Formats: sequence, structure tokens, C-alpha cells
Amino acid sequence: MISFLTSLVNGLSLGGIYAIIALGYTMVYGIAKMLNFAHGDFIMVGCYIIFTAVSTMGLSPAVGIIASIILCTLLGVATEAVAYRPLRHAASPLAVLITAIGVSYLLENLALLIFGADAKSFTSVVKWSGITLFGGQLHIQGVTIITIIVSLLVLVLLQSYIHGTKNGQAMLAVAQDQGAATLMGIDVNKTISLTFAIGSGLAAVAGALLCSAYPTLTPYTGAMPGIKAFVAAVLGGIGSVPGAMIGGLVLGIIEILAKTYISSQLSDAIVFGILVVVLLFKPTGLLGKITQEKV
Amino acid sequence: MKKFKRVMGAAMASMMAATLMAGCASGSSSTSSSTAASSSDATASTESGSSSASGSTFKIGTIGPLTGSAAAYGQAVANAAQIAVDEINKNGGMNGYQVELKNEDDELDSQKSVNAYNTLKDWGMQFLDGSTTSACSIAVSEYTKQDNMFQLTPSGSAADCTKYDNVFRVCFSDPAQGTAAAKYISEHKLATKIGIIYDSSDVYSSGIYQNFVTEAGNDGLTIVSQEAFTADNKTDFSVQLQKAKDGGADLVFLPIYYTEASLILQQANQMGYKPTFFGCDGLDGILTVDNFDKSLAEGTMLLTPFAADAKDDLTQNFVKSYKDKYNDTPNQFAADSYDAIYAIKAAVEKENITPDMSVSDICDKMEKGMTEITLDGLTSQDMTWEASGEPNKEPKAVVIKDGAYVSAE
Repeated sequence: MISFLTSLVNGLSLGGIYAIIALGYTMVYGIAKMLNFAHGDFIMVGCYIIFTAVSTMGLSPAVGIIASIILCTLLGVATEAVAYRPLRHAASPLAVLITAIGVSYLLENLALLIFGADAKSFTSVVKWSGITLFGGQLHIQGVTIITIIVSLLVLVLLQSYIHGTKNGQAMLAVAQDQGAATLMGIDVNKTISLTFAIGSGLAAVAGALLCSAYPTLTPYTGAMPGIKAFVAAVLGGIGSVPGAMIGGLVLGIIEILAKTYISSQLSDAIVFGILVVVLLFKPTGLLGKITQEKV
Repeated sequence: MKKFKRVMGAAMASMMAATLMAGCASGSSSTSSSTAASSSDATASTESGSSSASGSTFKIGTIGPLTGSAAAYGQAVANAAQIAVDEINKNGGMNGYQVELKNEDDELDSQKSVNAYNTLKDWGMQFLDGSTTSACSIAVSEYTKQDNMFQLTPSGSAADCTKYDNVFRVCFSDPAQGTAAAKYISEHKLATKIGIIYDSSDVYSSGIYQNFVTEAGNDGLTIVSQEAFTADNKTDFSVQLQKAKDGGADLVFLPIYYTEASLILQQANQMGYKPTFFGCDGLDGILTVDNFDKSLAEGTMLLTPFAADAKDDLTQNFVKSYKDKYNDTPNQFAADSYDAIYAIKAAVEKENITPDMSVSDICDKMEKGMTEITLDGLTSQDMTWEASGEPNKEPKAVVIKDGAYVSAE
């Protein structure tokens, strides 16, 4: 029983990380209708900014995180303006997707150039060691609890921002129909920029938590969690903010349980197998809406 | 503005293409280069190789990366060979003849390693102490095989390095480290219950793992958990560690590289799990991880061929000469190379080889001589060699104490 609970806690810990990355993914997809495959690499950039600020320059972690959020936001907006916006109306929607993969490689290779391939050990920004239950048999790490709290907080803030403010309403309008939104006097470019700003800022927060939980930093740190989080977002229903949260947690728990009870080598195959099964029965993911084409 | 965007787009596209191509090039260089140079140089220099062998001195060459990112390896090999040769010449030479040494740079590139070999052959080399790294050593062995030139790689550890009869090595092969590790653990009674965490997507790691499991069975070690991870799933080790802990493992064997090992140590610490961690040479470097909390590695053990702080006279004299001459502490590559020169000396004297013999005759005699010698070297006592080119040697281990390696003895 304790061993099952331990697995569950480990699953929540991994799932919380997937969830907070997936929130950024799904936010951008939901509004701008594009998959930003470089999202995982924004996370990596955020981690390096914190690492540089805290470990190299000796600033406090709070300053590091704030600097990371600001710089990642700027990076996201700049990337969108330079690499994605000119291609938004390209003949094939694949163009933006391929560009996103290009941006991902560009960021990874730049990090490789600047910081080298050596792994850096990341100093956790979460100092709290966590809580111990059942007389020391079950330990929940501080970073796990913080990650889940932050994910929930982000979820609530995002939902109330999107549904409760004028800018949020503009985002919803752009998500539904960009042409019609323009006719209603909404600045589509500005709205999508804003979406990228929020998504990339979230990437910085996710990066701080990812590297606190798994404290090794390389230029490829963001790549695999990025892909897993994308899967989580699809599982939960891409475009749905609560779906990303649930998808992330479910994915993390399935992965750890598969590793524990089936095979540590096959866990990825099992995770992706479950994704296929879910999509067969619910093609839009767990919380995805079926959008009907209105004529 | 529109033009600017186009330019940026083109720049990004070309950058991407460049990175993709660079990836391809580095991946295939080792195979393509060895075929490219095969016809051009081989015929030209076989004659000079045999004609220059009529001198009155032995000529030994080393090949390794003397410049570039792995320069530390090649320089160590060249420097240590120089120390060994100087000692031999001072003490009456090799079988009564003086020894000349020449070091060539291969910049960690197998094509350049072959070029270096040809340069050395033109010079009249009779024995090759090289190449330093596995891929280069394999590339060069295609040519030494053709020329029947005796080759002893100090540190080429890949299984394929010694696939030809004329090639021997000083270091353990990668898979042999697994056998050596299991033997070491059982002989030193470090633990009876063992957990293993290995990388199933990596040849080095799974090779060591398989040999370790086989040998552990023979030595009465109980393996309570053997869990893998893959290159795509190497951040979360909570399950692998939990299984080792639940199985009661008092030692966790990590035949992996140090980057993942540093994460495993951190996560084990968070779990409050404190077994002995034991690794192979892939763990060497864990103390150099930027910003890593070294106290977590306290008590971690790893197999390494050489510990510079060992107290025996041979090691202490070698470390002193090396420090005096090169102002640096010798690493395992230096020790391998030093032993390589003395192994050549021992085999030469065993078979009564003289410098006027042809390269090919020397090689035939060396192949026999190497299997008959027993060498007390820096990397092991009582080293012997199999005809396959593999050394039999005593594994040495170091333990991390106060953030530094200390001999485990």
C-alpha cells in the first residue's frame, strides 16, 4: 500500500511538471492555433537564465525567476514576430510547424555554443524539503507540492483572465475566427503577441520548477519534457486549459505506475499506447470540445 | 521591412540546414574516412617502413589528440610515453638498444589518425602506442593489419579496437569493466544485495550491465533490482531507486555516464536512500559537473585503472617525474601509455627482438611475446595478455572522500 502511495506521489511529482509545461503549450495552441514546438526550448532558455543569475552572478533565486520570466516573455514575443507571424498566412499550415522545429534547433544549438554540452547542476529554487507522512514511510517533496500549487494557481489565473478581461475576450474571439475578429476591430497581431508573451512567461515558471525537481541542466533539458507535455496537452484536449492540467497529471501517474508495475524500459511505449487508445475513443482528448463547422 | 523578414527567414533556414548537415557529418566521419584514404597512402609507405627498420635504435610512435577538445588525453599519452622512454634509455635501453619516440597529433579525427600513422611509418616506426581514442584506434588498425605493424592501444576501450591479431590494448575493454566490477565487489565484500540502474539505449552501459549480471551470478552476489532507463527518459529515476530501496540493495551499480549519475545521487538523497554507489569509468567526471553538490558523491566508488595518490613506489615515482616534467598530475591515459611502453619493452626482451628486423617480423614475434609476459605496471600488478589482445588485470577502485578521489584500498 505504501509502495503504491509512493508511486502515486512520484507520479504527481512528474505529472505536475508535465501539467505546467502543458498549460503553456495549450494556451498558445488554443488561441493562435499553432503548435509551438520550441516551447520546450523556451523552458531550457529560462533555466539557463536562472542558472546564470543565481549560480554565476550570485543573485537571489527570486531575482533569477523574475529575470527569467521577463527575458522569456521577450524571447517568445520576438520569436513570434520574426519567425511565425510572416508565415501565418502561408499556403500550408505546415510552414509554421516546420519553422517552430527550426527555432527549437536554433535555440538548442545557441545554448550549446554559449554554455557548452557539459551538464550543469541546478540549485533548486524551492528550499522547502517537503512533508513526511505515516511515520516517515511516505515523503512528499516540497517541489512537488509547490509545482502542483503553482499549476493550480496558473490554471485559475488563466481561466479568469481569458474569460474575465477584455484582452481575454479578444483572445477567445481570435481563437474562433481571426477574420471575423479583425472585422470586430480586434488587433489580431497584438492579441497573438500577448498570447505568446503569456505562454513564454509560463515556460520560464515551468523551467524553474522542472530544474528544481530534476536538477541537471543541458541544452536538451527542455526537449523531451516539451514533447511529453505536448502529449499531455493532447491527452487532456489541446486548447483546453483545465484539460492540460488533468492531462499532465494523468500522464505523469501513468508513466510512473507503468515503470513500477510493468517495465522501466517500456514505460514510454505504454504512455504513448494509452494516448492512442484515448484518442481512438475520444478524438478531441479528455476535455476537448468538438467544434462544429458553422456554415 | 518585408525584405528584412525574408533575409531573417533565409538566415534561419540556412542555420537549420547547417546544423542538420553538421549532425550527419560528425556521425558518419569515422566510417567514410577510413575507406577514403585506403588506396592512396598504403602502397606509398610500405617500402619506407621496411627499409628504415635496419637502424640501430627502436622507433616507437604515439598517436592521439594533442590539440582540440580531447587534447588532455593525447598529451597524457605522449607525455607518459616520453617519461617511460627516457627511463628506459637511461637504464640501458630496450634489449640493449636505445629507443626513439615520435608523437603525432590526430585531433580526435580518424582520418587524421590514419595520416599520422602514415607519417610515423615513413619515419620508420616499428611499434605503435596508439591511437588514444577508440574510433581512431579502430581506423588505424585497418592499416596496421595491412602492414602487419604491432599496435598497442593504451586506451581504446571499444570492443572492436582489438579485432585484429596484431592489436593489443592496455585498458579494460568496455564490457570487461562489468566483469571486473562484479569481481571487485564480491572480493572486497562491499555488498551482497545489489541494485542496478543502466541505460538500455547505450551500447557502453548495456554491455557492462550484461557482463556484470553474468559475473555476479558466479560470485554469489544477489541482484535485487535491475532497472533500465533510455536516452529519452532520463530525468526521473524515482522508480528505479525505489525498487532498489524496496529490494534492500545496499549497493547500487551505475554502469552509466556521470551526468545521469549526478541526477540519481540527488534524487536518492531526496528520498533519504543512502546505499553505496558503484560505477565504472563513465562516472569519472562526476566531480566536475558545474555547481554539483560534491557532498552527495561522498562514499561513491568507481573503477578506474589508475589513482595518482596510490602509495606504491612505482606510482609515486611516476607521478613525481610527470609533475616535475609537465607540471600536471597524470591521469589514467598517462598511466595506460606508460604501461604500454613497458609492455613493449618486456615483449621485445622476451622474444629477443632487434631493431634490424623488419616491421612484419617484429609484429609476428610481438604477437607471441605479448601473451608470454607478465607486467607489474601502474594500472595493475601481474598484467598478462590474451592472444585476442585483451589484458588480464586487477581492477582498481577509488572512493570519493572530501570531494576528491582516494584509493579504495
